[in-house]
Formats: sequence, structure tokens, C-alpha cells
Amino acid sequence: MRNGVATSKPVESRDTVVIRFAGDSGDGMQVTGTQFTTESAIAGNDIATLPDFPAEIRAPAGTLAGVSAFQLTFSSSEVFTPGDDLDVLVAMNPAALKVNIGDLKPGGILVVDREGFNEQNLKKADYATNPLEDGSLTRHQVFQADVTKLTTAALKDLGLSARSVFRCRNFFCLGMTSWLYHRPMEPAEAWIRDRFKKTPDLVEANVRALRAGYNFAENAELFAVSYEVRPAKIAPGTYRNITGNTATALGFVCAARRAGRPLFLGSYPITPASDVLHELSGLKQFDVFTFQAEDEIAGIGAALGAAFGGSIAITTTSGPGLNLKAETVGLALAVELPIVITDIQRAGPSTGMPTKTEQADLLMAMYGRHGESPVPVLAAATPADCFTMAYEAVRIAVRYMTPVILLTDGYLANGAEPWLIPDVAKLPDVSVVFRTDPNGFFPYLRDEKTLSRPWVIPGTPGLEHRIGGLEKEYLTGNVSYAPTNHEQMIRVRARKIAGIIREIPPLEIFGPPEGDLLVVGWGSTYGAITQAVRQLQAAGHAVAQIHIRHLNPLPADLGGILRRYKKVLVPEMNLGQLVRMLRAEYLVDAIGFNKIQGRPFKVSEIAARCLKLLNGRMHEESAA
Amino acid sequence: MSALGKKDFVSDQDVRWCPGCGDYAILSQVQKVLPELGVARENFVFVSGIGCSSRFPYYVNTYGFHSIHGRAPAIATGLKASRPELSVWVITGDGDALSIGGNHLIHTLRRNVDLNILLFNNKIYGLTKGQYSPTSEVGKVTKSTPVGSVDHPFDPIALALGAEASFVARSVDVETKHLQEIVRRAHEHKGASFVEILQNCNVFNDGAFNDVTDKATKADATLVLEHGKPLVFGKNRDKGIRLRNFQPEVVQLGNGVSETDLLVHDEHNPALAYLIARLGPPRFPAPIGVFTAVDRPCYEDVLNQQVAAAKSKASADLATLLKRGDVWTVT
Repeated sequence: MRNGVATSKPVESRDTVVIRFAGDSGDGMQVTGTQFTTESAIAGNDIATLPDFPAEIRAPAGTLAGVSAFQLTFSSSEVFTPGDDLDVLVAMNPAALKVNIGDLKPGGILVVDREGFNEQNLKKADYATNPLEDGSLTRHQVFQADVTKLTTAALKDLGLSARSVFRCRNFFCLGMTSWLYHRPMEPAEAWIRDRFKKTPDLVEANVRALRAGYNFAENAELFAVSYEVRPAKIAPGTYRNITGNTATALGFVCAARRAGRPLFLGSYPITPASDVLHELSGLKQFDVFTFQAEDEIAGIGAALGAAFGGSIAITTTSGPGLNLKAETVGLALAVELPIVITDIQRAGPSTGMPTKTEQADLLMAMYGRHGESPVPVLAAATPADCFTMAYEAVRIAVRYMTPVILLTDGYLANGAEPWLIPDVAKLPDVSVVFRTDPNGFFPYLRDEKTLSRPWVIPGTPGLEHRIGGLEKEYLTGNVSYAPTNHEQMIRVRARKIAGIIREIPPLEIFGPPEGDLLVVGWGSTYGAITQAVRQLQAAGHAVAQIHIRHLNPLPADLGGILRRYKKVLVPEMNLGQLVRMLRAEYLVDAIGFNKIQGRPFKVSEIAARCLKLLNGRMHEESAA
Repeated sequence: MSALGKKDFVSDQDVRWCPGCGDYAILSQVQKVLPELGVARENFVFVSGIGCSSRFPYYVNTYGFHSIHGRAPAIATGLKASRPELSVWVITGDGDALSIGGNHLIHTLRRNVDLNILLFNNKIYGLTKGQYSPTSEVGKVTKSTPVGSVDHPFDPIALALGAEASFVARSVDVETKHLQEIVRRAHEHKGASFVEILQNCNVFNDGAFNDVTDKATKADATLVLEHGKPLVFGKNRDKGIRLRNFQPEVVQLGNGVSETDLLVHDEHNPALAYLIARLGPPRFPAPIGVFTAVDRPCYEDVLNQQVAAAKSKASADLATLLKRGDVWTVT
């Protein structure tokens, strides 16, 4: 039995395991990690994942720049992050070891392909001596396997090229780790059969490598024990593992379907946003139109044109692209047409670190336009939450006839977690009503409650009218330079956006309703904050957490909540943007905690910072 | 649809171009042609950018969108791609289309989105009060170039041809009949239609096109292109364009030179269009008319076909979509 615990060796139990697969870009580590994730999900664990790939498409093999990794936490308890320090590191070559070993816990398991540690690869990774031999790894449990040789032996009668055999090594490693943690291998085998269905030789080769790895781990003297991670208590339902970018795409598709209108995406490829374009371009049967524009400006321009025509219009980008789109966001808010701008934030400024995460675009989303130009700003908290917030962004955009900026980031975009698949029929209402009645029509006649103007699409007889970026007369929409009219329009646009506060549900407070410390987060810090706060609560501290997903307008109950705690801490992957907004808006002495390293917070970093505050050491500046 | 007339396309807005501006003539001709095109008024949309010409949509009683500088082709592309049944027009100028919006223009032409793009070329920035434009001649003395402009200008026609436009034409603001005909042809052409309209800015660049508009000179200064006809021009129609050693030259008809020696215009020959596009003052008359009109699939048609094909082939069940990939159930 391959997926059970039929092993002759001792079995130990673990609550949570953090594992990272690291190798050269060409070593298939993303596939290995993804398959291990699926195995773990099916085994009933709660999971969270994070791929970490190099910016270079094909960095030279064996170099530090070419290291690609995939990290996974799987647990019998609830999981909020892909994990801080590693319990297990699989390193396929010296470069992968060098880049990742610093994250392995003392005593952690290191699995290496011994043959990868040859003179050439050691040199490429700047190792003067072989770390497998020089005693530098004695803090860890090192398991050296001749992965290449064993894989070759398992496949020797298949007549494959040496290169093809070499490329099966990742499944050998998956087999080893599957044994180590009692993972079922059927999902990986099914994946292999589907992936290589046109080349039966490769199906056979990869399945054999997988099983060979498993059997090797079971039979060889390498591992003395294996580990069991029991299923987590998870809410009943049907789940899939989903990345933030896929969830974003699906949220938009569902919202457009619920609105009964075509979805139109205008976009220009940019890391890490391109996957949303890729995803949506394959969903044309859902009335999805994707337009790969000549630049970022044309991406949002085309989307705005489609919005004028009655489509659910969206554009997707990352930081530098949001800069370029700013003028068109201003136009959209002046003509009051609905459009969703998704900024999948990455490390800036300028080109910065495109494959690394950051959340430093909040103030740009809030204020990065000339003139008085408020727009609703939303932010997803987890990969799966990207679905909910993309859907919410469309709902608000069409209800209030306004551009909406949705913030996610590279960590959410590529990270994944189990997603309880929602019942489509129970998603919130997104109704779109086009005005067709010419009686009493004015282009800027406002709805009494929402203050939104009517959506009238070209092709509607008798309602021909002109819109544009010049200031409009309050009711008629005629061009107007009248001084008081301008102020009236500025104020009504601001009131309209401020009124969206009525759409925002009360904040969920995790923890005591008042106490010593409140940790306030937004965006992808959710997981790390949640885990840290739970740890502190378990240790008896009066710590609570709130996570803000509506950033403009801010939730109505936020100000009151902030005042119920002695101290307020705001961890952000920037120099302090939400904390600035909170201090300005509510006159509270909120304290920032900032990490700007292209990497998410560790749970331990946030927990340590909270403890410092709880112990009375306030107003210290940064993480590092 | 009841018969519409020009007045149906006049909006209630006061026209605010400078008295004597060439834009008035263009507006009037377009308003005359629109009711004759067999399109319901509500299906016309005029999209513009920024500049004097871009005020145009306010004055036409159809749907209109006065957008931001240079971006009208992008906005119009999104509209047309998602609503192919609409008749979408882009009104732009030499600064709007060729300077700040140059990228959108060339890509819109390349994609062959079925838009009618009318570029009012007055070779000057009017709305910002008189700086040189990307079509101004070298050495142009303006407020921003007191000792003369340095940079070489674009020829809008050559640029459009280079961008693979499927319909390229030129007309003149005051040539009312010709302009109406070109506007009609632009509408009839399926694909991106690019029309350069030479337009006089009587405030900042008065007389830029005097040679082609003055009764005394225009016959000799203008080459009216007609499909299938030899390139003849001149007050007495006694001059023509001949190709010798792959070089065009002006020849006097008679003395052994006849129309059969001349280049014959062919709208379906883009190579010839390139050659004719390079004609112009001072050595040649300025060609007006249709340079090229070729058939090519339209972006919005193929895009919509792809969507329709996907709908006919694949299920569009959201619940199934959400459950794609490895799914597991927790009980």
C-alpha cells in the first residue's frame, strides 16, 4: 500500500511541517512542490504554499541566480502562512543549498542529491569546499541520496536520453518525501499520466521514478523514521487549491456572469499580473474578451471604452503599470463609468524586484492622481480572498459607477491555499441596469441613495449624450467652468465614494473586544499576523487582530475599535502607509512595523514585535 | 428609421472654435454625411482625445466621449471590440494622434479595428496656443521654437501606411464635396480607416495649406487620386506623374508623352500607395484622395468569432469552472 502507513519503520507524529523543494530552474521544483501540495490536500491537511522563482527566464544552470524553490506548509491545524523556518529542505544542487540553507531549522531535515555536489556545481555556487564533507551542515539531519544514479537505474531499460532521465529526478524526490510524510501518490501519478499522455514513455519513466523514490526511502537505511501529519479539522465542503491570480480571474468571471454582461479585460503583460490575463484569455466561453494592448495606458483605455459600451471592464497590472494608468483612472472617475483596476503589487520603486512581493502601492492607489480624485480601494487578504474581493470590486464599481482599485500582491498572486468553492447562486447580487427611458433623462442625474449617475450605453435611442474629462455641469453634464459648480461636483464625487461605507460589513475582531494590543493589517500580511496573534493569545496575552479589506472608504466601526486597545500595531511591507492613513484619519497613536525585503513577514517577527510592545517598549522603528 | 437630416446631428452645444477655423467646415461636412450612411443615430459614437479637434464630439448629436490626450484610439478600440455593431469614429489632431498618442494610433491601424479615424492636421498646436507639432516643417518658428524647430516631421499618410492601415486617405477642410466623399468612403471601408484632413488654423498657422486651397494654385499643387485613373493634374490637366528608374517625376503631357506613360492609381496596391505618399511639395503636387483601400480581417470580428466559437464548443457552467483541477471534499 503506497498511500498508507505500511512501513516497517517507526512513525512519529507532527502537527505542522514546512517543506521547501529547491533546485535549478530546470529541475522541476515547482512541479514537485505542486504535486506534494495536492497530495497533502487530499490527505486532509490544511495547507499554504509559496513558489519562489528566479526573475531570469533561463538563468545559467547551477548558478545562485537560477535557483527555483517551492515552499509548502501542511498541518493538522489551521494554517495561515506557508511557514517561517523549514523543517525539511530538499536541495538538488549546491546553489539551491546555499540560497536556502539559512532558513532550515536547527535539526531540520536536509535531503540532497549527492551527485549534484560535483566540482563544477560547487564552483558555480561559490563553495570553496563541499558542504557535504566539510562539516558545515552538522546542525541538520543530512540525507544524501544518489538521486541521479538511482533514477537512471530505475529507468535504464526504457531507452530514454540521458537528458530525459535527468528530468525525472524531481519525481524521485517527490517519491522520497511522499514516503517520509505518508502522502498518497495517486494524485501525482494521475497528473503524470495526463501531463505526458502524448508520450507514454515519459509517463512510464516519471511514474517509475516516483515509485523508485518511495521504495528507496522505505528500504534504504537513509531515513530511520517517517512522520505522520493527521488531517486538519476543516469546514465541510468541496475544496481546491487556488492561487491568488487564478482566484482573481475567477472572481471577475463570476461577477460578470452574475451581472449578465460580457467581461472585458484590457491588459499589458507585466510580472506578476500576467497570469490573470492568461487565465481569462482561456475562458472565452464565459463571454470573456481579452485585449492584449500595446501598453498599460491602452489596456485601461480599451477597458474604459468597453465600460462605455456596457461591458464589465477590468484592467490588470502591477505597480509600474498603475503609474501609467493613473490619468485614465482620473478620466473614469470624471465620466463616472465602472471599471476595476487590479494592481498586483511588487517590490518597487521603478522596476524594483519584479518577482518579489511588497505592499507599497497603497498610497498611490489612494492618492496617486491629480485633482480631487477619490476611488474605492480594496485589498485581498489571502490567495482565496482574491476571488471574493475581485467580485466585490466589480459589485461596487457597477453600483456606484466608479473606478475601483483592487490591491493584491506577488505573494498572494503566486501563493496558494485551499479554497472552499462557493455556491455560485449564493454570491452577492451584481445587477446592472442600463437606463433606456428618455423621459427626464440627464447624463448626470444621480441616484438619491448611491449618488451614482445612470449607465446609458451607445445604441440606446433617444439618450444620445456626450461624456468627457472636462468638468461637467451638475445635472446636465454640459461642460462647465462655473466656480461653484466645480466645487459641487468635487464634493458630490467625494460624497459618492464616502457613501460606499454603507456597503462595508463590520470588521471581524479576532480576540478580545478590548485589551492591551490591537494588530491592524491589510493585504497579504493576514496570514502571518493571524498566526502570530493566535500564538500570543494562546500564551494569555490580551491581543486582538483586525484585517482591513476595504481601504477606501475605511469601515465605519474602525475608529471605535482602534480606541479600545492600549496600543495599535500596524505591520506592513512598506515604510508605513496604512499606519499613516490611520493616524491621519483617527488621530490614534498607531505604531508601524515595517519590512521591505521583497519577502513576507515571518510569524515569529510579528510575534516578537508584539511582545516588545506588550512589554512596554514602544516606538521602535523596524523589523531588521 | 425615419429619414434623418443634417440638423439631427447638430447638438445643442455652442461651437467654440475660433472664428474662421477649418474645423467648422469639417464638422459641417461630417454632419451632412452622417444621415446618409444608413446608420441609426444612436449607433454612432464619436471618441476624441485632447486638442481643438477633439471638441468635435460635443457638437455632434450622437453618443460621444471626449477623453484624454492621445488615448482615443485605445478607448475606441475597447468600445468597438465589445460592441461591433456600433459605428465608431475617432476625431484627433496632429499632436493628439501623432505625438502623445502615436503608439495607440499605429497599433489601432495594425490591428485593423473597424474605426473611422479623422485626423485634423493643421501642423501646429492650437489649444496650447501655438507650439510646433510633429507635422510642422523643420525650422518652424513658434513660441517654443523661437529660432526654429529642429526635428523632422512625420507624414501622416506615410506613417499610416507604414502601420499597415487598410484604408488611408487625405482630404482638405474646404474641399466640401471631396471631403464628404472621403468621409463616406471611410465609413464604407470595413477596417481601420485613416483620413488626414488638411485643416487651416487661422490663428496660429494661417495659410499652411494655401497652395492646395487657393483657387489660383490648387490645380497645380494638388494631385487628385482616382482609382484606375492615371496620375494627371494641373489647371489644364496637362501634367502627370511618371515613374522612371523607380523615381517618380512630373512630366508635361504632349510632345510624345501621353497618359499611357503615367502611373495609374490603384487603391489595392499598397506599394504604389507608399510611393504616392512620398509625393508632395515642393517638387510634386500634394496627393489627395484614397491612397489605399485593401481588405483585411478586422480585429473585432476575429475576436468576437473566437468568443462565439468558444461558446459553441465549451460549456460555460460556472460551478464546473470553479471546480477545475484537483478537487477534494471534506465531510
